[in-house]
Amino acid sequence: MEAVNLLSSNRYTEKQIGYLFISVLVNSNSELIRLINNAIKNDLASRNPTFMGLALHCIANVGSREMAEAFAGEIPKILVAGDTMDSVKQSAALCLLRLYRTSPDLVPMGDWTSRVVHLLNDQHLGVVTAATSLITTLAQKNPEEFKTSVSLAVSRLSRIVTSASTDLQDYTYYFVPAPWLSVKLLRLLQCYPPPEDPAVRGRLTECLETILNKAQEPPKSKKVQHSNAKNAVLFEAISLIIHHDSEPSLLVRACGQLGQFLQHRETNLRYLALESMCALAGSEFSHDAVKTHIDTVINALKTERDVSVRQRAVDLLYAMCDRSNAQQIVAEMLSYLETADYSIREEIVLKVAILAEKYAVDYTWYVDTILNLIRIAGDYVSEEVWYRVIQIVINRDDVQGYAAKTVFEALQAPACHENLVKVGGYILGEFGNLIAGDPRSSPLIQFHLLHSKFHLCSVPTRALLLSTYIKFVNLFPEVKTTIQDVLRSDSQLKNADVELQQRAVEYLRLSTVASTDILATVLEEMPPFPERESSILAKLKKKKGPNTVTDLEEAKRERSADVNGGPEPAPASAASTPSPSADLLGLGAAPPAPAGPPPSSGGLLVDVFSDSPSAVAPLAPGSEDNFARFVCKNNGVLFENQLLQIGLKSEFRQNLGRMFIFYGNKTSTQFLNFTPTLICSDDLQMNLSLQTKPVDPTVDGGAQVQQVVNIECVSDFTEAPVLNIQFRYGGTFQNVSVKLPITLNKFFQPTEMASQDFFQRWKQLSNPQQEVQNIFKAKHPMDTEITKAKIIGFGSALLEEVDPNPANFVGAGIIHTRTTQIGCLLRLEPNLQAQMYRLTLRTSKETVSQRLCELLSEQF
Amino acid sequence: MQFMLLFSRQGKLRLQKWYVPLSDKEKKKITRELVQTVLARKPKMCSFLEWRDLKIVYKRYASLYFCCAIEDQDNELITLEIIHRYVELLDKYFGSVCELDIIFNFEKAYFILDEFLLGGEVQETSKKNVLKAIEQADLLQEKTENIDLSKSFIGCKPAY
Repeated sequence: MEAVNLLSSNRYTEKQIGYLFISVLVNSNSELIRLINNAIKNDLASRNPTFMGLALHCIANVGSREMAEAFAGEIPKILVAGDTMDSVKQSAALCLLRLYRTSPDLVPMGDWTSRVVHLLNDQHLGVVTAATSLITTLAQKNPEEFKTSVSLAVSRLSRIVTSASTDLQDYTYYFVPAPWLSVKLLRLLQCYPPPEDPAVRGRLTECLETILNKAQEPPKSKKVQHSNAKNAVLFEAISLIIHHDSEPSLLVRACGQLGQFLQHRETNLRYLALESMCALAGSEFSHDAVKTHIDTVINALKTERDVSVRQRAVDLLYAMCDRSNAQQIVAEMLSYLETADYSIREEIVLKVAILAEKYAVDYTWYVDTILNLIRIAGDYVSEEVWYRVIQIVINRDDVQGYAAKTVFEALQAPACHENLVKVGGYILGEFGNLIAGDPRSSPLIQFHLLHSKFHLCSVPTRALLLSTYIKFVNLFPEVKTTIQDVLRSDSQLKNADVELQQRAVEYLRLSTVASTDILATVLEEMPPFPERESSILAKLKKKKGPNTVTDLEEAKRERSADVNGGPEPAPASAASTPSPSADLLGLGAAPPAPAGPPPSSGGLLVDVFSDSPSAVAPLAPGSEDNFARFVCKNNGVLFENQLLQIGLKSEFRQNLGRMFIFYGNKTSTQFLNFTPTLICSDDLQMNLSLQTKPVDPTVDGGAQVQQVVNIECVSDFTEAPVLNIQFRYGGTFQNVSVKLPITLNKFFQPTEMASQDFFQRWKQLSNPQQEVQNIFKAKHPMDTEITKAKIIGFGSALLEEVDPNPANFVGAGIIHTRTTQIGCLLRLEPNLQAQMYRLTLRTSKETVSQRLCELLSEQF
Repeated sequence: MQFMLLFSRQGKLRLQKWYVPLSDKEKKKITRELVQTVLARKPKMCSFLEWRDLKIVYKRYASLYFCCAIEDQDNELITLEIIHRYVELLDKYFGSVCELDIIFNFEKAYFILDEFLLGGEVQETSKKNVLKAIEQADLLQEKTENIDLSKSFIGCKPAY
């Protein structure tokens, strides 16, 4: 309260103390806030520049939402009024900026915006400085409004840059004219693309050239401040040149200038030069120029004492890497890795892996590099990296033999990292036969080599090794007995870990019981993986955040032609052949899926798929389960992966229904070209009519869009439509398919009836085709309440006291289609001891009985 | 700019100016961590470092560390110069400033900072103008103090 009193006093000291107090100790005490705001309002209206200044400072320092509400309308008026003093104008501009940053919605765009732009021409450079900051922030949100500022900014900038050092007097800082203002104007220009008007563009280019020239001149003063200020303007100008990315001559000059800085005495300049060069390397014009400095950068990597500078050097090497210098760069990065800081090792590992894969002309080199990587920094080699190696090795036949040999030799080293054992185990399991001819790597030796590492490994690795052993049994019958002995040993069969025990037991049985043919089919070589986005890139992006060099990479990749050349399609293509490995996920009903080791090791492969969706034809994993869940209920989440969540809400009446599909973007990046399509087979289309409105093709990060589907049941149907969603995320093409749970029972209308009616109708439907009976094992616990709820959810009416046996469930209802109505009666008899059910369904149409029986049997 | 901290070689905070709204606890936490990180740097090391998702620019003047936190897109070299300009202003105002001046006249240091930077952006780069504004404020202060003093005498009877 005292503070408010002080504020309202007319004496300067008291007011000053009052404001100081408010700035430091304000909190959301509503009473005081109102009084404070009142006092400030008075001061703002007072026309006394000192008081106005104090008030504005206070608002800027506190900048709370209540203040914004109170003053956001006033301040722009003060800003553009003709009679405000310059110092007050400055404060007003920055105050408005502060309020805009905290509450952008409360600052309305009005006609003051054009006046603000004119402030750029003001005499008083302080006002210009403040106005430039304000316009820069506002222009980022409303570029259209402030377009006129570009030309004004350019002219102002050129006036400053070409002025002699005596012109600006007090604004000259150690012989550099108005450095802060220059930097701010350059920042403002970075908000806009290069100016279209050729005159303006010409002036800007001249200006930038002058700045670059000045950098070459001998310094006017020995002081470090002079060079810092000069270089600050220079670096900002270079940022602008990079941002515009349109004038090759400027870019090349900038690159040359930065190259000089790379060897400067001052560490600060070297650091900044490395950073700016990273950005330059992304531009196509200057990429080559950047490459010429590779030796300097490598030298910096080796000799810099400051770790942050070394880190920048690594980033730059990654950015400037392309086919010609890939091998050299990767070799350098590997050698750096041996001595690198632990905190940045993982990032370097990911980068090396990506570079090695992208620029590998000869895949043997790639395999070598990755194995080296594992050897040097095994702990930091994340799962995605070695999954990727395996993917590549399996996909390329020519390198399989080489990989097997190299891995075999690497495993012979006395101290192997566990990741190496994993990779080795997998590769030898698949391709050990390629080197089995050589007596030094005979199957028995291979087996002993792997087994010697067995006890040193963790559980997942051991699980992998067990899979490898059973593959050996298939490949090399001569070692079958040895392996069986191992599997039979107590440490496996009675192992404390469930996974290992299960595998040992199953594999042992498999090897003893199965004939060689079946064994061969089950353990056949893994088919090639479909091409998809490297999950390593996704991981790197996640680590570094969205706006980094990797994004530049993506843009670069998309702009230029396929980097790898060669027959292999670019990783981001979605038009891949339907992968047979989808069968692994147990969706297809096809008998012995040729690629299937037992489901537990399918876990390995699911992880490979987990970062990316499936190809066009096969359905997303888990789609079947989700589908089954939706038979008896209408709302819920249909599908979820890392990027997208699909929710459903549906309602049905007689033969019509409406379904709301909600697509939620789980990431912070927009989805572009978002197109969901409903795919129905021809039969289905005849029996089920679906109408949907198109959806907005852009889905913002974190946003949810809704799609309405109108459904009409023409006649009974058995299949379900498939919802296929395609969109672009980041630079990749995503494709998801899920079954849409529109089933026949949705059009089921419950009918209540008395016991005699029920039995009467039951007898009427005694034709054998009209009845379908199914006896099946209960999948879920047999709880009466839950069962009742499911039957009701299915759409049927639950009839009490109809069946003489009270444990049985009886239901009745009518299926509504456009053409007919089909009465249905059902009876579910549970057998608790046997944990089984007998379900009998009688309707007037055979296909309906069949389908309803199928659907309902899955529920229990 | 997000915030500016001044602290001594022993890690005692002399001045803190925050341009983003943060709770007290967060401010203390940030201050502690940052002070530790900066003090651990060796003399020849680069003046810029990356910390959390901000860039930190720091410079040491005698026994005081001036430390600024800027966003990713801000220019680091110009921030170094902002620090230097601020030191020059203090120097001019206090006449050969030292740490004690800042400790005993911290409110003046805050006022000078407010005239120079507002809301995290440079407001006035002319040394003359900033110092002129501060001098005017000082004059106003003296005037009101003199009026106070003279007022307090009016009520007293002259002592004979």
